[in-house]
Amino acid sequence: MATLLQVKNVTKSFGSVIANNDISFEVAEGEIVALLGENGAGKSTLVKSVFGLVRPDQGEIFIDGNQMAPGDTAAVIASGVGMVHQHFKLVPVMSVTENIILGDEPKNGLFVNVKKAEQKVRELSEKFGLEVDPTANIEDLPVGTQQRVEILKALSKDVRLLIFDEPTAVLTPQETDELILVIKNLAHLGVGVIVITHKLREVMALADRVVVLRDGKVVGTTTPKETNEAGLAQMMVGRSVVLEVEKGVANPGKPVLTVKGLEVFDDRNLRAVKGVDLEVRSGEIFGIAGVEGNGQRELVEAICGMRLRAKGEVLVSGAATKDMHPHAVHEAGVSHIPEDREKHGLVSSYSISDNLILNQFDQAPFARGWFRNMGEIRKNADLLVKKFDIRTTSPAALASSLSGGNKQKVVIARELSQDLQVLIAAQPTRGVDVGSIEFIHKQLISARDNGAGVLLVSAELDEIISLSDRIAVMSAGKIVAIIDSKGADRDYIGRLMAGLDK
Amino acid sequence: MKLVRAWITPLIALVIAFGIGAILMITQGSDPLRAYESLFTTAFSTQEGLAKTFGKATPLAISGLAVVIGLRAGLFNIGAQGQLISGALAAAWAGYAITGLPMIAHVPLCLIIGAIFGSLVGYIAGALKAYRGIHEVITTIMLNSIVLQFAEYLSNGPLKEEGSIIAKTPPIADSAKIGSIAGLPIGFLLSGLLAVGVWWIFKKTTTGFRFETVGKNKNAAWYAGIAVKRNTVFAMVACGALAGFGGAVETLGVVGKFEPAFNQGLGFDGITIALLARANPLAVIPGAILFGGMRGAGPTMQFTAGVSPEIIDLILAIVLFFVTAPIISRIFRLKSDSNAQVTSGWGSN
Ligand SMILES: Nc1ncnc2c1ncn2[C@@H]1O[C@H](COP(=O)(O)OP(=O)(O)OP(=O)(O)O)[C@@H](O)[C@H]1O
Ligand SMILES: [Mg+2]
Repeated sequence: MATLLQVKNVTKSFGSVIANNDISFEVAEGEIVALLGENGAGKSTLVKSVFGLVRPDQGEIFIDGNQMAPGDTAAVIASGVGMVHQHFKLVPVMSVTENIILGDEPKNGLFVNVKKAEQKVRELSEKFGLEVDPTANIEDLPVGTQQRVEILKALSKDVRLLIFDEPTAVLTPQETDELILVIKNLAHLGVGVIVITHKLREVMALADRVVVLRDGKVVGTTTPKETNEAGLAQMMVGRSVVLEVEKGVANPGKPVLTVKGLEVFDDRNLRAVKGVDLEVRSGEIFGIAGVEGNGQRELVEAICGMRLRAKGEVLVSGAATKDMHPHAVHEAGVSHIPEDREKHGLVSSYSISDNLILNQFDQAPFARGWFRNMGEIRKNADLLVKKFDIRTTSPAALASSLSGGNKQKVVIARELSQDLQVLIAAQPTRGVDVGSIEFIHKQLISARDNGAGVLLVSAELDEIISLSDRIAVMSAGKIVAIIDSKGADRDYIGRLMAGLDK
Repeated sequence: MKLVRAWITPLIALVIAFGIGAILMITQGSDPLRAYESLFTTAFSTQEGLAKTFGKATPLAISGLAVVIGLRAGLFNIGAQGQLISGALAAAWAGYAITGLPMIAHVPLCLIIGAIFGSLVGYIAGALKAYRGIHEVITTIMLNSIVLQFAEYLSNGPLKEEGSIIAKTPPIADSAKIGSIAGLPIGFLLSGLLAVGVWWIFKKTTTGFRFETVGKNKNAAWYAGIAVKRNTVFAMVACGALAGFGGAVETLGVVGKFEPAFNQGLGFDGITIALLARANPLAVIPGAILFGGMRGAGPTMQFTAGVSPEIIDLILAIVLFFVTAPIISRIFRLKSDSNAQVTSGWGSN
């Protein structure tokens, strides 16, 4: 097939960091190329250079043999390139249709022809099998659907090359399977596809060719036929990675987190948590499996004091915690890795060191009375950056300069470095590379072994099964079953999650 | 390097504004060089001119700081004007109605009363924002009118000086007046101290960190255990207290009474200064001196170069336009610095 995209010797540095170092690769029509690499390897930077969002220092980019001027996004789009970003770029208060047609509105004289636009969106969504309600407002939609809108937006212009930056990080397993089908279908239609993902299983299922980056360089190219998941992991990290979780037997003690009869409403004022009881003991990992959007987020936020508890109570080591006081819950010994790191976990225009003490800024040793103790804050940052292998030039750098996975490491480092009785980990490995997943899993297990009670919420069923000691399945706002993870049956849990078995 | 980047946009804005001002003067047949020369020599090299410059700069600096606190906390305080008038009137009342106190007690008392009344106006806007979700731009604009009307009523009614034909309060007692040290108005020295204080609060204290976190990411602030609503109110109260203090300083140091015709536009120049200073409290002081000089010496351009002093309004408006609209960084391809976007949009609350 004809070559669609040619990237020749692209180099891009940010200050002293070389994000892309002399990178060359190609994508042919109808070909699916996976970009694989550790957090901070330079994948997002590379595709942003292709799309014209980043201006490479050196190198050339050709689409259909035509050289693109660096940084000319408009020309790139006009050549038929679309991109679905790692962080969605949708306008939350506008409807699906409005978002899709934005910048290219069908008009009736001066006015936008809404009927026609909605019709167009419906046709697109049927053609590619991406179901959405064209009239819904973006902010009311679950993440998976928001992403479908992003894809439709890209497809609404005649796309010949489609770039996905970590499209499955926020999807449920079912949504992921659907997306894989959509992508394969696109490739059949002759669209070239670049996919960035950290999930090796998806790479194996999807890619025609895999390009592996490390420290900004291409370290190898392979195909799923020639290798396996362990081989890919080794190629990207440069050492062998243990993909299986190794953990000793749990040694559970007294209950540290008790939730009784909890009822919580979501942002649209619908009852999202409908009477949940659960008990997490010290020294165990208690996993909550469930399709996203079944009340897990609201449950976690209510436990952490961030969302009003309509009914019920939350006890930490037997003591009731205050509702709507995140500070008090935190002081009681609850650490929380929030599922949305950009929204809750980080202040991206703060330095890494300030982010590493974000919820302890007023506590000793980081504050003495009214005064912040800059020396201690810096010392803490130096320590954690090293211990958690956060890839940055300096702890004083802004969090916004970090790659996605390294942002997550900042949050994890902050939460795990505190004195904790209860750790609430919501999607702790979302968007994190295999090497770091191994590391984070080890950290969660060692928190458990040090006597913390860990509440793990994850959309990755495999992660839940391999890490948890006990598993609760949540469906439609209720816990439908609590089972021992030993010998847990993946299919059975899957059916419970879907609300099929009772 | 970082410092250069923070300064470059404001500098370019000033150059462009003076340039446009010059072109306008030429089209009117005046000599811009003569006009600017007289403006700056009067403002910055004559003893009398300097006294005027610093006198004018004082309330501008303090109201600029009041706007800076808001910007840092994610609030666009358009209400410095109303808060300032409220403080100016309250201080005037305390200055003439309370008598028999020594200066050492009377002056601080008047300043504190001014700050309290300013903070009350700030509190209303802060509480409406935090607990009712009403955008502070709307409430502070409305409060500006309300406070001005109310102040006019009071100074023309209950607080009016007996026998006066215009709306004004009686003059304040001598014990409430503040003067100068070595040619510098004491009020100006106070504003310098306040600037350092505000800078220090944001740099070193947990209160500053709370405000700033709320300003930069409300959700993360809530997650981190910061009471977002309370800190929003608190920040608006602090803005109001500062602006009210500025009004009080103006009453005690310059006007000597409350008269609605005075104090006009101070709070609005404060907004321009705060934006020009990129929400940096220390940079407010040079900004205020520049503005104070232009406001103070503007009228001299009339008889030296035949330029009407309204040209100053125009220049300052152009400055405001260029520091708010991200045009400069786009034209000159500057990397945006962290304070470049200091205000939050309408959608975010
Ligand atoms: N705007 C920026 N300023 C400074 N450094 C940056 C910037 N953008 C990226 N970097 C740095 O460039 C390197 C590559 O980042 P990039 O986002 O491309 O990584 P990535 O491979 O996409 O990682 P992840 O899997 O974590 O998303 C990182 O070290 C990152 O810190
Ligand atoms: Mg990335």
